Amino acid sequence: MNPEAWVALALSLKVAGWATAINLLLGTATGFALARWRFPGRELLDALLTLPMVLPPTVLGYYLLVLLGKRGWLGSWLHEQLGITLIFSWQGAVVAASVVAFPLVLKSARAAFENVDPQLERAARVLGLSEAAVFMRVSLPMAWRGILAGVLLAFARALGEFGATLMVAGSIPGQTQTLSIAVYEAVQAGQDASANTLVLITSLSCIAVLLSARWLAPQRSAA
Amino acid sequence: MSEENNNFDVQIQRHVQGAGRSFTLDVSFQTAARQTVIYGPSGAGKSLSLQAIAGLLQPDRGHIRFQGQTLFDSQAGIALAARRRGFGYLFQDYALFPHLNLRQNVAFGLRRGLFNPGARRTHPEVEHWLRRFELSELAGLHPHQLSGGQRQRTALARALVSRPRALLLDEPFAALDPELRERMREELQGLLQELQLPMLMITHDPEDLERFGQARLELRHGRITQTR
Repeated sequence: MNPEAWVALALSLKVAGWATAINLLLGTATGFALARWRFPGRELLDALLTLPMVLPPTVLGYYLLVLLGKRGWLGSWLHEQLGITLIFSWQGAVVAASVVAFPLVLKSARAAFENVDPQLERAARVLGLSEAAVFMRVSLPMAWRGILAGVLLAFARALGEFGATLMVAGSIPGQTQTLSIAVYEAVQAGQDASANTLVLITSLSCIAVLLSARWLAPQRSAA
Repeated sequence: MSEENNNFDVQIQRHVQGAGRSFTLDVSFQTAARQTVIYGPSGAGKSLSLQAIAGLLQPDRGHIRFQGQTLFDSQAGIALAARRRGFGYLFQDYALFPHLNLRQNVAFGLRRGLFNPGARRTHPEVEHWLRRFELSELAGLHPHQLSGGQRQRTALARALVSRPRALLLDEPFAALDPELRERMREELQGLLQELQLPMLMITHDPEDLERFGQARLELRHGRITQTR
């Protein structure tokens, strides 16, 4: 097998891994906030955060370019203040993959937390626990299976991310050329053998992730 | 009657909006009895009242005092968190933690940090209550493996292990079948005698009122309508 395929696979795993770690933290926190706190505009916020799931990746990529580009308000600030350029870097690919996969973690985390019987949290409060301890000792242990299933789906989605990543990070071999982008390039260049290998690797990784997610999914309330 | 003689001194208002029903809780009573029972039909606001006293629901206005100590006072801006009120609370469905075994459930309130007690960690106080309720043999089991009576004993042990200064009971026998209900009533009565622990019970069962009510209050449509 050609070494470029391994490089692309390693890069894909790195990007998807970072995106998943970010989503695990942000998605769980946001899912908990949406499940537990009532505030005006809660459902609107949920809809906005779910948007990446239904928007065409190219549209999302365009939004990210506008936001993170050299002249974008966040991009220019990052460049001037911290000297960071996200566009055409692997970190940019992480941002794209995170945004695209975020709703999958958010949705499952919110549903998982909403499934936790509030009575159990009340019982923990009366028994002397602080809110942080209630979260760590009751809410999270009761919800983690549902969250983890969503996190695995998000990993698979991040691994397969193409459109937004291509627009934000481009296709630089060894730097931003992930598996799915390498497949596209190989097919364009008529390198069928290389494309076949890449497609096979991608499919196998995604099947492995989906199987693990399924194994975690049967989350009948373990009363 | 001096203030300090009162176990519970409650005067609260709370407006509740939810599921197509708007409801105003306007409860006020004082009781010096060791055992007080609030009786009323379901939907009268019993659970809401008990939750307010425990600190799980914030009233809009009023005050809650226990043995002279102010737990909540809207005018003085006092609202003690549930975890600082020192009450034991027995939930109607017991609210045992399904992800923890029986011993961990009982030990839950002894450790207040961010992590649950280990599955096999023993503590003299926990072991005492497990023995007292004949649960020692079952300590490694999870709540769904227990019978109704065992679940109630576990919930009681969990509440008592932190040495509460009063016990709040929400329909404690409603989930049990009639025979067991009778036995658990006797068990609880004996326990309350032995510990001399003040208690406040809410129930819709006249039998509970009869057996436990040294002071008896009736709650209807969110208001106390009768005091005995």
